[in-house]
Amino acid sequence: MLDELGLESIDELFSHIPEYCRLTRPLNIPPGKAEADILGYFRQAAAECAPGFTSFLGAGAYHHFRPTHLDMLIGRGEWFTAYTPYQPEISQGTLQSIFEFQTMICQLTGQEVANAGMYDGSTALHEACMMAARVTGRSGFVLAKSIHPQYREVLQTLTRCRDFPRQEVAYLASGQVDLAALKKAVTAETAAVAIQSPNFFGTIEDWEAAAEIAHAAGALLVAVVSDPVSLGILPPPEAADIVAMELQGFGIPVGFGGPYAGILACREKFVRSMPGRLVGEARDGEGRRGFVLTLSTREQHIRREKATSNICTNQALCALMASVYMATYGKQGLRELAQQNAAKAAYAAQAAAKAGLEVLFPAPRFHEFVVRLKRPLAEIEAGLWKEKIIPGLGLKRYYPELGDALLVCATEIIPREKLDQLAKLLGGAA
Amino acid sequence: MKPTRASRHIVQNEDLLFEASSPGKKGYQLPELDVPPAHLPATRKEIPDFPELSELEVIRHYTRLSTWNYGVDTGIYPLGSCTMKYNARVNEAVTRIEGLGDGHPLQPEALSRGALRIMHLLSQQLLEITGMDAITLQPAAGAQGELTGILLVREALKARGDARKRVLIPDSAHGTNPATAAIAGYQVENLKSNAAGTVDMASLERQMTADVAALMLTNPNTLGIFEEDIHRIADLVHERGGMLYMDGANMNALVGRSRPGDFGVDVMHLNLHKTFSTPHGGGGPGAGPVAVKRELEPFLPIPVLTTRDGQPALEYERPRTIGRVRAFYGNFGMFTRALAYIMANGCDGLLQTTEDAVLNANYIRKKLEGSYALPYPTPSMHEVIFSDALQAPKGVHTGDIAKRLIDYGFHPYTVSFPLVVRGALMIEPTESANLPEMDEFIAAMKAIAEEAQREPETLTSAPHTTKISRLDEVAAARSPVLRWKKI
Repeated sequence: MLDELGLESIDELFSHIPEYCRLTRPLNIPPGKAEADILGYFRQAAAECAPGFTSFLGAGAYHHFRPTHLDMLIGRGEWFTAYTPYQPEISQGTLQSIFEFQTMICQLTGQEVANAGMYDGSTALHEACMMAARVTGRSGFVLAKSIHPQYREVLQTLTRCRDFPRQEVAYLASGQVDLAALKKAVTAETAAVAIQSPNFFGTIEDWEAAAEIAHAAGALLVAVVSDPVSLGILPPPEAADIVAMELQGFGIPVGFGGPYAGILACREKFVRSMPGRLVGEARDGEGRRGFVLTLSTREQHIRREKATSNICTNQALCALMASVYMATYGKQGLRELAQQNAAKAAYAAQAAAKAGLEVLFPAPRFHEFVVRLKRPLAEIEAGLWKEKIIPGLGLKRYYPELGDALLVCATEIIPREKLDQLAKLLGGAA
Repeated sequence: MKPTRASRHIVQNEDLLFEASSPGKKGYQLPELDVPPAHLPATRKEIPDFPELSELEVIRHYTRLSTWNYGVDTGIYPLGSCTMKYNARVNEAVTRIEGLGDGHPLQPEALSRGALRIMHLLSQQLLEITGMDAITLQPAAGAQGELTGILLVREALKARGDARKRVLIPDSAHGTNPATAAIAGYQVENLKSNAAGTVDMASLERQMTADVAALMLTNPNTLGIFEEDIHRIADLVHERGGMLYMDGANMNALVGRSRPGDFGVDVMHLNLHKTFSTPHGGGGPGAGPVAVKRELEPFLPIPVLTTRDGQPALEYERPRTIGRVRAFYGNFGMFTRALAYIMANGCDGLLQTTEDAVLNANYIRKKLEGSYALPYPTPSMHEVIFSDALQAPKGVHTGDIAKRLIDYGFHPYTVSFPLVVRGALMIEPTESANLPEMDEFIAAMKAIAEEAQREPETLTSAPHTTKISRLDEVAAARSPVLRWKKI
């Protein structure tokens, strides 16, 4: 090839790089390793990450069973080595799957349109709030303090350079957001009221009551959902104007926090203010149905600085995992799955109460609940690790006012004897 | 040589999931519930029209759909700027190992040592590759990396007591750059390119004023050209109190050959899904680590990866941090893949990858010069940009050439970008294209150039061999149908 180019050496292809910009030594990185050695390195690292433990951690990342065929399907090169379907004639697989995805998200959330995906739940909340600001022409955000703390942190970071007053509203002893305080906090400047259900404590909120408060003041209700499995059984956020949801629970690996996928769903009248990719139906010259990326004039590659967002991905492969998961569980399965999750958590909470622990927040809950520990988590957790148990998330960092509180999540994958064992250990040790 | 890549093969039709559903079918099996059912005071009605399929039907559905796609595994994927390189299977395998694939982001540090070591090692190697001082892996994608980087610039300038209003962006930049600067609250100012396709120093001299916070520069730029004046650019920006942001989208042209940290860059992002081979997945997920010089380090998002008692650990107490940009630690599964890629290549392999990518682009450039117009004679690095100027008089445009390429069995190049070239054909073969397949691609492009002169209508109505032909995108946008509904 060098001959074809009339070159003596490969260096000539880099000769236009000024000398002071050239790296004249080899990178200080070890030489290439064999595949077996690479696997060995990662296996060893994995062994230091508590494999085989029973984990009661949830808090925005949920251990659900992932059907075996899921990874085998998305592992086809035609799915995971393709790129954004800018050329619809050879991307109909991706495009049709996204159209189906958008439809299933609408069916699930009770909303009219859904986009093709955002980075995750935390950034979806930010995008939903910004979208509400565009729609209403206002700038204030009123947020329930029971929204995932990291979601609220992300919103704070990403809006810090603009003037968006934020107000947080406390939770009641029931675990639900204080609706009276929420009502007081909402003003004529409020763009979005945001609540999460099930909220960070696992408590189920009342979408309609919150929507009424938001709408009475001309604001939009942003509904945050951190585990989509909950929508198999709980009333969907139909009353909301925008839904910001994390999809990880639908077959996306917990994998130390990512990659996940978020979505936005909303009323049809707001679609042109919505960020993110959208797939729509189209016809070819012979009238055959196909699918294309559409309404791109909202997006950065067309609108540049006037775009609705700078986002340039839809986490397509994660969205595809969620699609395969939804199609597999289907209408009956999602309901049964959600019921099992609620049942496991209800049983675990009851067992904890029987073991003498105080269970906080009595309002109805989904698959998470909060208990007050008898002794600080730091004093008892090493003992639990010996039993190969991660008991849940200590809430000191996020809600110091709750004292030694522990957020426990029990999904369908945890057998009854482990629920009993946790209650016994926490009740006894603590 | 005659292009022979395309052939005929059966393509199956497949309905939408909802159309293929039948009431009562199920594709799942849950274990028997071993606790009493829970009582929920309010439950939803049945999800209307949600799919009901058997497991095999689900598998056939997604398998059939997949055959309508084209991926790197299918063949050369010369999508300029996107860096469609080979995605090794071992990278997928390591990501799914028990302990990593199912590790919880909130599990105690003492039970996450392996994951933290992976993040630490990847960070160190990315710093070595870029020549920068500190790094965050948290941003979820390139565009979020840009936003993180610009927020860091904003804080650093505020700390200097010199908050500024504007960001300069060359007209050849990705759309994410101006969109990012606008979201970060800056006014965007366009910087014109010169005849060589690089930053026009006279314009920069004029526009780089005391209220410009940063210049967002892609190097090599989207024309595949190295900014030879980079040192003068960096010096000018610094002298006038601004910062140099580098969009690292094209870092795959530099790895092992040149380091942004050595040519004056203050802050940059990397796209792990481009340079470091994490799969594009049909449109994500990616990951957009941001590397910075010392001055910006105090502002990095929390948690920051550090070492405590000789072990990698997470630090949350950072008083000057901009805060979090994403929940948890970012796209960890992309870190494992990128690290496996770096390990497999090693220092020699990384360098060779860069060299092969540049060699391949220049080979294609040489072979297609004459058949297609070359708007900038400046040397190319990892990608080459032609224009449709020789075909346009026949009514054939870059989009038509791209569609015709599909008939020859190839994925098109990037169409109509960068915007500074009228009718751009942006070709990036990457190091993954082998010589025989590149020769076939070149033969197809030459055959198309001839067709454009002889039978332009074959191109303007292409593709002719796909499952569907050109779709009416205008009608689709005019009255959008964004979901299936039962009729």
